[in-house]
Amino acid sequence: MGALFRPLIQARTWKQTLHLILDLPLGIAWFTFIVTGFSLGLGLIPLMFLGVAVAFATMQFVRVVSAIERARAGALLDAEIANPFVPLSDIDGRWQRLKAVLTDAALWKGVVYCIVMLPIGIFTFTMAITLWSIAFGGITFPFWGWNDNWVGDDGGPSGWGRAGILAGSFAVGVLFLIITPWAVRGLAAMCRGLIRGLLGADPNAQLRQRVSQLEVSKSASLDVAMAERTRIERDLHDGVQPRLVVAAMDLGLARERIESGGDTAEVSALIDRAQGETKQAIAELRELVRGIQPAVLTDRGLDAALSSLAARCPVPVTVHVNLDERPPAQVESAAYFIVAEALNNVAKHSEARHARVSVGRDDRTLRVEISDDGVGGARVEPGGGLSGLGDRVRAIEGEIRIASPVGGPTTILAELPCGS
Amino acid sequence: MRVVVLEDTVLLQEGLVRLLGGYGHETVAQLVTADGLIEAVEEHEPDLVIADVRLPPTFTDEGIQAAVALRTIRPSQPILILSQYVEERYASELLGGDASGLGYLLKERVADVKDFIDACIRVAEGGTVLDPEVVAQLLARRRREPLDMLTAREREVLSLMAEGRSNVGIARKLVISEGAVEKHISSVFAKLGLTATVTEHRRVLAVLEHLRAT
Repeated sequence: MGALFRPLIQARTWKQTLHLILDLPLGIAWFTFIVTGFSLGLGLIPLMFLGVAVAFATMQFVRVVSAIERARAGALLDAEIANPFVPLSDIDGRWQRLKAVLTDAALWKGVVYCIVMLPIGIFTFTMAITLWSIAFGGITFPFWGWNDNWVGDDGGPSGWGRAGILAGSFAVGVLFLIITPWAVRGLAAMCRGLIRGLLGADPNAQLRQRVSQLEVSKSASLDVAMAERTRIERDLHDGVQPRLVVAAMDLGLARERIESGGDTAEVSALIDRAQGETKQAIAELRELVRGIQPAVLTDRGLDAALSSLAARCPVPVTVHVNLDERPPAQVESAAYFIVAEALNNVAKHSEARHARVSVGRDDRTLRVEISDDGVGGARVEPGGGLSGLGDRVRAIEGEIRIASPVGGPTTILAELPCGS
Repeated sequence: MRVVVLEDTVLLQEGLVRLLGGYGHETVAQLVTADGLIEAVEEHEPDLVIADVRLPPTFTDEGIQAAVALRTIRPSQPILILSQYVEERYASELLGGDASGLGYLLKERVADVKDFIDACIRVAEGGTVLDPEVVAQLLARRRREPLDMLTAREREVLSLMAEGRSNVGIARKLVISEGAVEKHISSVFAKLGLTATVTEHRRVLAVLEHLRAT
């Protein structure tokens, strides 16, 4: 017996009821907004740009509606619904964005939702209010039905007749108390389905988006690897190799001078030069290896490696590394090279007097920030240092933001996912 | 001088032994891993241990770890670390305790044969020798601080001092008189707010301490 009435004390019954009641005011709001927005947009079409702008803004607001409704479903219907939208910030160019908005199926489904929510809201609101009214009205009727207020002019039934009606309405109230929670549950399931279908992410679209993200990161990885190989090849070819050739040549000459009984001073000078070139070659190799994977990073982690980078930078750099544990190796490496590249730019172009590097981790993201007090105006150019930096970040599916107004200061923020 | 050499690259190990032999220093044990180091030192009681940093099995920092372990057992054992790279962080770990009789140099310094042998002797005698690269890293960190007040010459003198050189050594290196060196040093000490001390390695330590203090 108690089991029949248990839904009455379950929180979800009342959360779902609240959801159904909210359907109407929100349905009215969304409908009004979408109809007004599009009518205004169409009406303003003669003023070309303004009309397009209003329609565009209306479409944009659908994202907000979607977020509110998904949050409402999460709070009241216990439904986790994934965001179906691609962030606009990922898209370059105004026309590209407009095109992306107009062809975004998720947005158009959102528009449909705004429109159908009005009739559906009217229906669910009415159902919820009516069913609960009958239930509570019925069971409470015996307590307030003894007066004559509900009786017509003819005096109505009296005595046992009236008692029968009261008892009957009580019974109906009890019945509705039992069935209303189930009806609410059904209506809520319908709303959930509607929100999931029209505002949730399409699993296929999610997969497609993931594939395109991976394509971007893969091509960025290849670009980084290619640029690395080219740099190593160039450094070896232009630096180390000619130095060793010269050293070998000088040593050969020195032997010849000795064999022909030449001047000791001249021989000594040749050997001296050979030794100098060899030492220079060793130093260049050391720098080259550091550029591939610095030992101190592998052995001691970011703090030690970044301190060493900072010490090498001609501009004074303060380093703050706040990490409880070491991030995965590829993330550490990316962070290191981002800082290396950024400090390189600081030294070359910024005219800064001071730079600051800070590294911290929140949850699953490693945040690397490099800022300086220089002249700013840093731009991402193909093949430039900053574009290489972007490739490094994209290769591990991170994000990078560069703020460098003319006149400074420059701030580079990289967010690198480190798994869980 | 009797030396134990710990170096996994045979070519370089043979080179070191040859080099030391050329100056009349005897290599009493040659090791390729850090495993037998303590036993070898206990057996031969050498005047100096020369050790590489990257050694089998992991090729990371075995040499540094072995040096630190050895010094806990034999605190006064002179050790000279040779490395492919020098990093201020390793230097700090190595010199964390008593820095007398410790050296940390780039491998390629071996090429300047005379300087290298000098460094070996200084370490064996209880001095401290740091690679100019480490000193440069330490100096870089303090660039905007009192070090800014140093002249280029004074900075040079400070670097050489941190390498563990005596006044005579510095004078010879810079081709100036000993008196001039003394003048520079007292000026450096004055500018950095250090009280001058007598022993060579204390001088280095005072400098290091000051440079690290940020």
